[in-house]
Amino acid sequence: MRAIAEFGRPALLVAWKDILLELRNREVVATALVFGVMLVVIFNFALNITPETVDVLAPGVLWVAFSFAGVLAMSRAFVAENEEGTLDALLLCPVSRDSLYFGKMLAMFIFMVVIEAALLPVFAVFFDFSAFSATLLGAIVLATLGFAAVGTLFAAVAANVRSREIMLPILFFPLVSPVIIGAVETSGAAIGGSGAVVSTGRWLQLIAVFDAVFLVVCPWLFSIVVEE
Amino acid sequence: MPVGIPVSGEESGPAIRTEALYKGFGGPPVLRGLEMEVGWGGSLVIFGANGSGKTTLLRLLATRYRPDRGSIHVAGLETRRSAASIRRLIGVVAHHPMLYRNMTCEENLLFFGRMYGLENVGERVGKVLGQVGLESRRNQRVRTLSHGMQKRLAMARAVLHDPPILLMDEPESGLDQGALEGMESLRTMDLGRPRTIIAATHNVEWGLNWGERVAVLRGGGIAYEADRDGLDEGELRRAYGESGQ
Repeated sequence: MRAIAEFGRPALLVAWKDILLELRNREVVATALVFGVMLVVIFNFALNITPETVDVLAPGVLWVAFSFAGVLAMSRAFVAENEEGTLDALLLCPVSRDSLYFGKMLAMFIFMVVIEAALLPVFAVFFDFSAFSATLLGAIVLATLGFAAVGTLFAAVAANVRSREIMLPILFFPLVSPVIIGAVETSGAAIGGSGAVVSTGRWLQLIAVFDAVFLVVCPWLFSIVVEE
Repeated sequence: MPVGIPVSGEESGPAIRTEALYKGFGGPPVLRGLEMEVGWGGSLVIFGANGSGKTTLLRLLATRYRPDRGSIHVAGLETRRSAASIRRLIGVVAHHPMLYRNMTCEENLLFFGRMYGLENVGERVGKVLGQVGLESRRNQRVRTLSHGMQKRLAMARAVLHDPPILLMDEPESGLDQGALEGMESLRTMDLGRPRTIIAATHNVEWGLNWGERVAVLRGGGIAYEADRDGLDEGELRRAYGESGQ
C-alpha cells in the first residue's frame, strides 16, 4: 500500500500540475483543437462523403485528425519543462522516474481525451454519423492510451532536439501504426454499423495488447532517456 | 526524524567525497581524475573560468550526471547506486530558477514540498518564504517576479526539505545587497546545525566571504585549494586567472 502511495502520489501531483498549467497557458488543447477542426472542415469539402462512403472515408479522416492533433499536443509536453529548467527540478525530486513518466502520461491522456471529445461531435455533424457508439468510444479510449504512452516517451526524447517538430512524428508514427490501424478498422465498423462483433473485438484486443506493451516498455525507456 | 538528516556515514565519513572522477561529453573530458572532500557543515566555494567544469561537477554531485569513471560518495552513499536517497539529502540552486512561471510562489513550493513528501508542507512553505523575504509575494505568479526574486524563490525551493547539503551554481548573480545578506539564513538547518555547502562562482569577493574553504578548478581537477583563513589572495587570483587557459 505504501509503495503504491509512493508511486501514485507523485504521478498524480505531476498530472495535476500539468493540468493547472494548461488551464492557465491554454497552449496544448486550444492549439490542437483549432488544428483538428480545420482538418475536419478541409476534408469535408475535399471529399464528397455520402451515406454510402461514410464508413470507408470517415474513420481515416477521424484518425488523421486525432493523430496529428495528438502529435501537436505531445510536442509541447516537455518543451516548457526544458525551457524553464523544471525538468531538472522534477528529476532532483526523490521520486521514481516511473512516477514522473506516468504523471506526464496521465496529463497527456486527459488532454487528448478532451481534444477528441470536442472534435468527435464536430465530426459527427459534418460526416453525419452517430458518435455515441460504445465500440467507437472504446476504440478512442484504448488508442488514446497507446498514443499517450508512446507520445510521452518520444516527447521527452524530442524536447532536447532542435528539430523536434519533425523528429517527434518520425519517431512516433511508425511505432503507433498498429494502434492507428486497429482504431481505424474498429471505427469503420462502428460508424458503418456493419462490423462483425468478432473482428471488432480482435482489433480492440490488438490495441489493448499494444497498450500493455507500451505501458511496460515506455516507462523503462523514459528513465534512461531523461538521465543525461 | 525530519527529512534530510542523514542516517549513515555522517559521523564517520565526509559529507562529500569524489575519487578519480572523470566526466566528458564526447570531446576531451571536462573533469579528469578530480579528487575532492568536504566535511559535514563545511562550506567550499569553487572558482573557475567558463568551461572549467564547475557546473558539471555540481550536476554530478546532484546525481543529474553519472560519472564516466571514478566515484562520488554523498553522505557515504554512492551516487550510481543510491541516487534517490541522495536526492533527499541535497538542495540545488542552479543557473535557472527551475520554477513554473505560471504558478504562484506558494503553488510552486507546495508542489515541490509534496513531491518531497513533506509533512506540514503549508507551514514549511510559509517559513522558507519568510527566510528569503518573499512572504508578501506568495500569491504572485513567478513570471511577474524580478530575476533576483526568482533566484530567492529558487533558494527557498532548494531548502524546502531542509537538506543537510546545499549545492549552488552562481547563487549570488542578480541578487542585491539585502538578498545577499539574506542568504546567510540558508547556512543553517532547522535544528540549528550548519549545512554543508558547495558553491561555484566567478565572484571572488562573494566567494571569499561565503566559503570557509576555496578551490580553483582548472584542467579538469582542483588546481588550488586553501582555507579562507590565512589564504594568500594573490595566489588564489593568480590560480583563478590561469584557470581559463
